Amino acid sequence: MSPTPPPVKAMPLLANVRGRRLLAPEHGQWTGMAESMKAGGAQLLALWGTDDRDRDDRFRIYAAYLLRDEVVLVEHALPAGATSYLGLGTVFPVADRLQRSVFDLLGLRAEGGDERGWLRHGSWPEAFFPLRRDSPATARFRTNSVPYPFVAVAGDGVHEIPVGPVHAGTIEPGNFRFSVVGEKVLRLEERLGYTHKGVAKRFEQLSQSEGQRLAARVSGDSAVAFSWAYCAALEAVTGVTVPARAAALRALVLERERIANHLGDLGALGNDAGFAFGLAQFLRLKEDLLRANAQAVGARYPFDFVVPGGVARDLAAESPAALTAQLRPLEQAVLELRRIYDEHAGLQDRFREAGRLERELAGTLGALGLAARASGIGRDLRVDQPWPPYDRLAPKAALRTEGDVAARVQVRFDEVLESIRLCRVLLASLPEGAVAVEVPAAEPDRLGLGLIEGWRGPVLIALHAGPGGAIRRCHAHDPSWQNWPLLEFAILGNIVPDFPLINKSFNLSYSGQDG
Amino acid sequence: MLEVLERIARGGLLTEPVPSADAVRREQERLQAALLEVLGRALCIRHVDAGSCNGCELEIHAMNNPYYNLEGAGIRFVASPRHADLLLVTGPVSVNMEEALHRTYDATPDPKLVVVVGDCGACGGVFGESYASLGSIAKVIPVDVTVPGCPPTPVAILQGILGATRKAPSRGRQT
Repeated sequence: MSPTPPPVKAMPLLANVRGRRLLAPEHGQWTGMAESMKAGGAQLLALWGTDDRDRDDRFRIYAAYLLRDEVVLVEHALPAGATSYLGLGTVFPVADRLQRSVFDLLGLRAEGGDERGWLRHGSWPEAFFPLRRDSPATARFRTNSVPYPFVAVAGDGVHEIPVGPVHAGTIEPGNFRFSVVGEKVLRLEERLGYTHKGVAKRFEQLSQSEGQRLAARVSGDSAVAFSWAYCAALEAVTGVTVPARAAALRALVLERERIANHLGDLGALGNDAGFAFGLAQFLRLKEDLLRANAQAVGARYPFDFVVPGGVARDLAAESPAALTAQLRPLEQAVLELRRIYDEHAGLQDRFREAGRLERELAGTLGALGLAARASGIGRDLRVDQPWPPYDRLAPKAALRTEGDVAARVQVRFDEVLESIRLCRVLLASLPEGAVAVEVPAAEPDRLGLGLIEGWRGPVLIALHAGPGGAIRRCHAHDPSWQNWPLLEFAILGNIVPDFPLINKSFNLSYSGQDG
Repeated sequence: MLEVLERIARGGLLTEPVPSADAVRREQERLQAALLEVLGRALCIRHVDAGSCNGCELEIHAMNNPYYNLEGAGIRFVASPRHADLLLVTGPVSVNMEEALHRTYDATPDPKLVVVVGDCGACGGVFGESYASLGSIAKVIPVDVTVPGCPPTPVAILQGILGATRKAPSRGRQT
């Protein structure tokens, strides 16, 4: 146990959820905060760095901790000229990959951590750190990928199966290295970062009013969640309150995004277990939902519906009634399909006990969102820290304890049904009035957070304002950062042919992680 | 089992016929006829995500739903580029995917077609070009048809695929 760190300075946190901002200038305070947060039941939600050498010759590291009833943002200014800090990997395992990324982007080394690259695959020079202010946004380099030192497993009959980055299905790219005996998986090591597109650097070239478009495309299946998180962060730093009608419409499209993704996954999970009927049925329901989106908000996937200050357009006059009318047949179809899934012996044989993640391990690894809720960790931002309009909706969090594929299927069913209920309430009680207000430029140097419970789990945007409506730094965090390592454990002892099924039961984002 | 069969029967056939009412649809029909002639109901597609946000993939998935029923038109997705006639590529090309995209293209037997899906693959989109993004797919491999949109609808992607197959014979002879 380390000695008690000196007290830290507290400031109010600008965010759409309750929180505190703490300044921890000393090493001991930085690690001490991590330990006391861990002891208090917090999860490390995100970790990022900033180059403030133009201001005070320092780099800063930020850690956002998620407690049940608040978010704590800890800010650690490194001593002038310093480029290393104490790593948090021994307290929060998820810190490891986050710290490797901070190094790849900013050149700040976490002491005591894995030093392999994570986002940099050799395609830009070792000495180039894109997020440093003296690194030009227009820099181009010759691609030169370097081999990655996977951890090798030795023993009689052990062999490796490399998979990816281009996968057999229509999914995103990533590399999986299986060490197997026969068909049994002894170890899985993930290598991600293939879709790293330089999102953080790109944000700095955009204005505060343009940032939403990029945020929406951090992970396309969570476009509404990321758009809303970005707008919430911008609205927090500018002190803007969106009209009640806009908040309700945002929640409506967020819940529809949740339903659409869950329907797609439920179909794909049936398909991966050899039940093509499920895929056809659920994709049909999803298509009906997307077509209704196009009618109601002008896009099958409303990437740019949630905008700073509100939403881009009001619903057409007939839309609330049309959307409401669609909910009942959808609900009935989902209930019917759930009964079919539940009673299908072949399907349940594949689902049950597959890819099991025990509650204790899920807690240690910092599982988030639906994966956590399937392993007995009942956290949901909409329930725990409701922001408008969730504060008037009394949403219920799904919870299962088995932690297997079957549990993640059940959480999806529960959440689809709850989201249908929320949509019904939202449509029946749409407040009147405007759907957007003006958002002024933020005062320079303000820092705000937006946290939204997307379909996968909580997504975060941290927005540091620059002068004249510029973005000084913007950090996007997808819960897949926390949940990818879960998969490495959930697969252990399972057979290789069950990997697609187990992987799909988590359905994590590559793009959201890679950034 | 009875419930499954009952639901299938009650659901009926959802696949939408290609109507011939408007010019776009007539063109589509013509392309479909060309597709059948050129590829004999056996167009095999390999999808490659070269750095997309995953939005385009969602609409590519949708092409296999009962409404669009791509497999019914003789088009199917295959697990390896070695089995493919056509690469369906989303982007922008991240620098970390450049080599994989090259290798996938090289592994696809000639004659081959490349259809780019989405604004990012077309021009880099909101990500632009940077230390991490090369921008458009055409900077890395030859492209036959580009389908713009963010994301493009399943019908637009289908039109792009059919448009590329129409170009197939000439490219096939050249290679």
